[in-house]
Amino acid sequence: MELTGRNISFKYSSGSRQILKDVDITIDNKKILGLFGDSGSGKSSLCKILAGHIKRYEGEVKLDGNEIPKSGFNPVQLIYQHPEKVMNPKWKMHEVLEESWDVPDSLLEDFGIQKSWLNRWPAELSGGELQRFSVLRSLNPNTKFLIADEMTTMLDAITQVQIFESVLKIVKERNMGLLVVSHDRDLMDIICDEVIYLDDINHVDI
Amino acid sequence: MSDLINVSNISISFTQYVQGLNQRELKVITDLTLDINEGEIVAVLGSSGSGKSLLAHAILGILPHNANLSGNMVYKGDVLTEELKKELRGKEIALIPQSVNFLDPLMKVSDQVIGECADEAEEKEKRAKQRAIFEKYGLSEEVDDMYPFQLSGGMARRVLVSTALLSNPKLVIADEPTPGLDEKSVEETLNHLRQMAADNVGVLLITHDIDAALKVANRIAIFYSGYVIEVANASDFSGEGENLLHPYTKSLYKALPHNGFELTKGHQPLHGEIPVGCPYYERCPHKLENCDKERPFLFPIDENKRVRCFKYEG
Repeated sequence: MELTGRNISFKYSSGSRQILKDVDITIDNKKILGLFGDSGSGKSSLCKILAGHIKRYEGEVKLDGNEIPKSGFNPVQLIYQHPEKVMNPKWKMHEVLEESWDVPDSLLEDFGIQKSWLNRWPAELSGGELQRFSVLRSLNPNTKFLIADEMTTMLDAITQVQIFESVLKIVKERNMGLLVVSHDRDLMDIICDEVIYLDDINHVDI
Repeated sequence: MSDLINVSNISISFTQYVQGLNQRELKVITDLTLDINEGEIVAVLGSSGSGKSLLAHAILGILPHNANLSGNMVYKGDVLTEELKKELRGKEIALIPQSVNFLDPLMKVSDQVIGECADEAEEKEKRAKQRAIFEKYGLSEEVDDMYPFQLSGGMARRVLVSTALLSNPKLVIADEPTPGLDEKSVEETLNHLRQMAADNVGVLLITHDIDAALKVANRIAIFYSGYVIEVANASDFSGEGENLLHPYTKSLYKALPHNGFELTKGHQPLHGEIPVGCPYYERCPHKLENCDKERPFLFPIDENKRVRCFKYEG
């Protein structure tokens, strides 16, 4: 299983700064890949392109040689840094999960989610707890690739370990692909099999 | 060095309507005590949602209307009343906010850094200062005319830092200034905090990033479920963590990627579910008989160190 981006170039509008130029990247399910880079170097833009959240770019993104389906469930799921921004504040937590899939109780337990949290509103939970929901939501059985864009940057060290342990377990079980984007080199060294530096594959003239 | 601000026994709670006209009190911060000296950096370390940002809002007097604040705050010998807070905020006491959402999306960044000006002379002076600060932070002239959506996360944060510095503050409250920045920019931001401290400014660094806190802070207060559970010297976070006292602080230290990435189960009690006894009771490996019935005080260990745990009583 391979998620590939070929010759990806991107800028916000025709006059603005070139963010990505001719980027080639391949993620497969055999190893956990880390993407490292300075702030403003275009890591998040690349993640959004790979997950189909940005639609206007040059180049192509393919999943095992095929286009990623434009409608229906997207097998490439992106997890953002700020879970509070991606949740509908008027949905209770169980609705947030149910929109994606029926999460089995065993998995709720693995992720350290208390049953009583399911009846709470997003505003009643802290960032660490919300991020557990955000990750679980993206772990629909049809998910093939997970892109974790600064997934634990806003969380304390203990919660960071808890979330990564749970994610790594399920990624291994389901044989999924995982791209970890972070500023924390120590974290990447522990989690990833290979780490690439965005500036090395991005051909933007600075 | 002399005392800049003393915060003692601060509690913050919110009045919420549950059903109809029934109200409830939701306690978010309980019994928080902290002091900062001139030229000192004190870090408050806690996980997101633990209420640390509210401490900043309490000092600045910008808590929401349904918040109840009790306890004492003394700034340079004067009781910090709501009127005084209003007078000082944005001037002697400045905030570097947590989120880039604090920027006005419809205003050019240079205009919002400057803020209101009385006349043209003032505007000119402020504009020159703003340019100098931007320059120091590596924000080129083209950034002046940009809108927030055109900035990268790191640039937006540097804009926020610049805003705080424009008024020559005596106390800077930095609310999560580092997450989302690359190592170089983190180092840069921390250098600016160091620089502020060297200029005799007191800095309250609110963060969950232990590494950042350890690099700059003199003392670190660890926050858990609305309580300060330990105040430690930055130098205590070393080796195997043997100088740290509270079991939570120890697990936090050992969970760092370069200290073993050790897993600790459980979660912090949610607001409104905080137990009668020690807030760490559920997760504590050395709980004593009394721990779930009685809440420990913040016991002093020496001049700097404090810990909220019965193991260290007396």
